[in-house]
Amino acid sequence: MNDMLLLVEPLIPALRRYARALVRNHATADDLVQDCLERAVSRWHQRREGDPRPWLFTILHNLAINQFRQSKTRGPHVTIEETSESDFGEDAVQERKLMYQDVLNKLARLPEDLRSILLLVAVEDLSYADAARVLDIPIGTVMSRLSRARERLQQEMEGAANERSGNVVALRSAK
Amino acid sequence: MSHRPITEDDLHAYVDGVLEPERQAEVATYLEAHPDIGRRVAGFSEQRELLRTALAPIADEPLPPELSLSRIIERNRQGRSPVWWAIAVVLLVCIGGAGGWVLRGEMPGAPATAGLAALAQEATYSYNVYAPDHVRPVEIRASDSAQLQQWTSSRLQRPVKVPDLATAGYRLMGGRLVATSHGPAAMFMYDDDHGQRLVVLTRPMATDQGAPMTPQANGDVAGFSWADGGMGYCLVGQSPSETLRPIANEVRRQARVI
Repeated sequence: MNDMLLLVEPLIPALRRYARALVRNHATADDLVQDCLERAVSRWHQRREGDPRPWLFTILHNLAINQFRQSKTRGPHVTIEETSESDFGEDAVQERKLMYQDVLNKLARLPEDLRSILLLVAVEDLSYADAARVLDIPIGTVMSRLSRARERLQQEMEGAANERSGNVVALRSAK
Repeated sequence: MSHRPITEDDLHAYVDGVLEPERQAEVATYLEAHPDIGRRVAGFSEQRELLRTALAPIADEPLPPELSLSRIIERNRQGRSPVWWAIAVVLLVCIGGAGGWVLRGEMPGAPATAGLAALAQEATYSYNVYAPDHVRPVEIRASDSAQLQQWTSSRLQRPVKVPDLATAGYRLMGGRLVATSHGPAAMFMYDDDHGQRLVVLTRPMATDQGAPMTPQANGDVAGFSWADGGMGYCLVGQSPSETLRPIANEVRRQARVI
């Protein structure tokens, strides 16, 4: 039980971050993480030896996917939370805030499979092999999905870059 | 410098900083020589940094008490809600006398509700109900195994193969469909020359879809469960686990070549 505390506890912040970026709702994300931790505790003996990170992300990811499916069958129910100001450092300049906000909004618009690969690899630093395990797909698919995800996000960002600079100008001139 | 061509995968590994230093340098040189690709890759790197910085504050938030691991561990140790106890008592009464020991090993832990552990429990329940039955342990006999295979495959909506355990000294007696809280499962029963019976239970898995082989024990019924490609399998019997393991390996091998 002690090794569980030592190995799992430091990973909880990353699990929260992944869940929240994936489902974009604070409460739902924390519920998923709680569910994930409960499962991990009761099935601790079933994990493979070694780093429990990919195992925990697998549990969490599957819970999130089930959640998506359920909300789909219940009909469209999209809650996109705006990131609150306090989420960023107080000294962060308005322009940077807008950029962060923007990239998260663009990310939210990607299909779920592209969003998850980008988060696991680029944010959570999972190896390609571990990401393949979490998503239960071959490593070749990890690479092609990653490529598509980056390409799509890039397009979205470039397409919106002009709009945003327009906004920033408007904001500046308003001050 | 090697002359391995730079692939799309290399570009992503470059962005993620997971290349060997030498290769990383090769890609950097390549990008300098190909400014178009260089711009695209720089865009990916910028995107990566933006995402990381934008999401970093979430990981710095203090954890709410619901996510305290020590609390979750403590609650798990105490066993879960009294509902499970009620279910356990009902099962005890239903299975009765000889079957009562099924749950003996389980208390005070809560019955598993998902994954391999749940599958193993279902296999144990099936074993306890059907293996001691001398009148009708199986619904479809081995002589109709083609029909058995067809029926279970159609109900599980997956190709199910009836394992052949003759090399291990076990004959197929037949099988049936059994109800689990996760939907229908296919149960196959085998016996050897001493009348020792084995049960193989298989059904699609919602979680643990590719879990490695794990030993399972519920009272004096023991065995192994695992999952392959979304299908869960559990082999249980009352033989020692060292004799069951090679048989489980054989079942797994055969299931893989469907």
